[in-house]
Amino acid sequence: MKHYDVIVVGGGIAGMTAAIYVRRANKTVLVLEGRTYGGQIINTLNIENWPGDMGVSGVDLVQKIYQQMTELGAKMEFETVTAVERSDNGFMVKTEDETYTAGAVILAVGAEDKKLGLASEEKFTGRGVSYCATCDGAFYKGKKVAVIGGGNTALYDALYLADIVEKVYLVHRRSEFRGDAVLVERLCGKSNVEFVLGYVPEEIVGGKKVSGVRLVSSGKVADVKDGMDLDIDGVFVAIGKLPMTGGFAGLVELDTGGYIKAAEDCVTSCPGVFAAGDCRVKDMRQLVTAAADGAVAADKAVNYSNN
Amino acid sequence: MSVELIDFYADWCGPCQMMKPVVAELEKVHPEIKVTSVNIDEEDELAEKYGVSSIPCFVVLRDGKEVAREVGVVPLKKLEKMLEK
Repeated sequence: MKHYDVIVVGGGIAGMTAAIYVRRANKTVLVLEGRTYGGQIINTLNIENWPGDMGVSGVDLVQKIYQQMTELGAKMEFETVTAVERSDNGFMVKTEDETYTAGAVILAVGAEDKKLGLASEEKFTGRGVSYCATCDGAFYKGKKVAVIGGGNTALYDALYLADIVEKVYLVHRRSEFRGDAVLVERLCGKSNVEFVLGYVPEEIVGGKKVSGVRLVSSGKVADVKDGMDLDIDGVFVAIGKLPMTGGFAGLVELDTGGYIKAAEDCVTSCPGVFAAGDCRVKDMRQLVTAAADGAVAADKAVNYSNN
Repeated sequence: MSVELIDFYADWCGPCQMMKPVVAELEKVHPEIKVTSVNIDEEDELAEKYGVSSIPCFVVLRDGKEVAREVGVVPLKKLEKMLEK
């Protein structure tokens, strides 16, 4: 079994920054990533709030960080972690194919798009169901789409799509939006955007591709019909993010939203396990705060593995 | 028996750019697999034919028949598993 001073679970901004700091402390580090490195930021074309590199694309930024990390001697394997367990002198980290041991563990598992939870949703993912308007909007030129959600992401998605598609239905379970009033105002000025308030999706329908969505009353808005059908070609789901912490509920304490309970020092309820980035309870989930967590967690993990 | 991997992508798609080196690695390790990269902006009729509406999208054809499909970023091992189907 291969041993590392620190194992980082997750290769996003927090995880890769942690690996850089562990290497700078001259300790061995392995980053385990189940998909590709970079995390959520690879979907962003133009970043304007990363200091020192105005307008850098998410892909360029993560490639630079990955290169920096590997040049410093950090290693990344593309394996999905299935379990982290305490052992006599540290931790056992199991993946689908391998088992590694570590003196300390940093969980930087990030967050992913929340799903509607409908049986038809997975069937149509990539065939009319999308979680990224800027990625997939171009497929719907001149077509009709529904955006599901009431936060800023849903409002931004609806605004973005309104300039591409023929018609946008914005479906939200309440009559008020959680997102910014200024965005709602802008949407009101779009002639091809229609608010469908007081409804939630019951099922997505179609043959090979999506052809419609069946809505039912959410019970939160008075005087709406029990249900209604929308004829649409695409459903954009924007109902928030979910931390990918499910596999670690037995290892560290989570809050009710699934985020790992840890303060700015990244210390979790399990000694030797630290939490960094979007998976941690925090107010601001930004690139710089993810990177900051990576540095703090690395410092704590290095100290822990020394003792 | 022929196995083909179709890689649907676009230049403006970040996750597709992240998958480029992974697909290149797959071609290197499995020279027996035919890999076709389809730029959906230039060949939208192919995207339409395969019902692709999210990218990156990987479709595996065995003797011309679709046997596996995956949307989003996937590691090399997962692509290899799709090819075994």
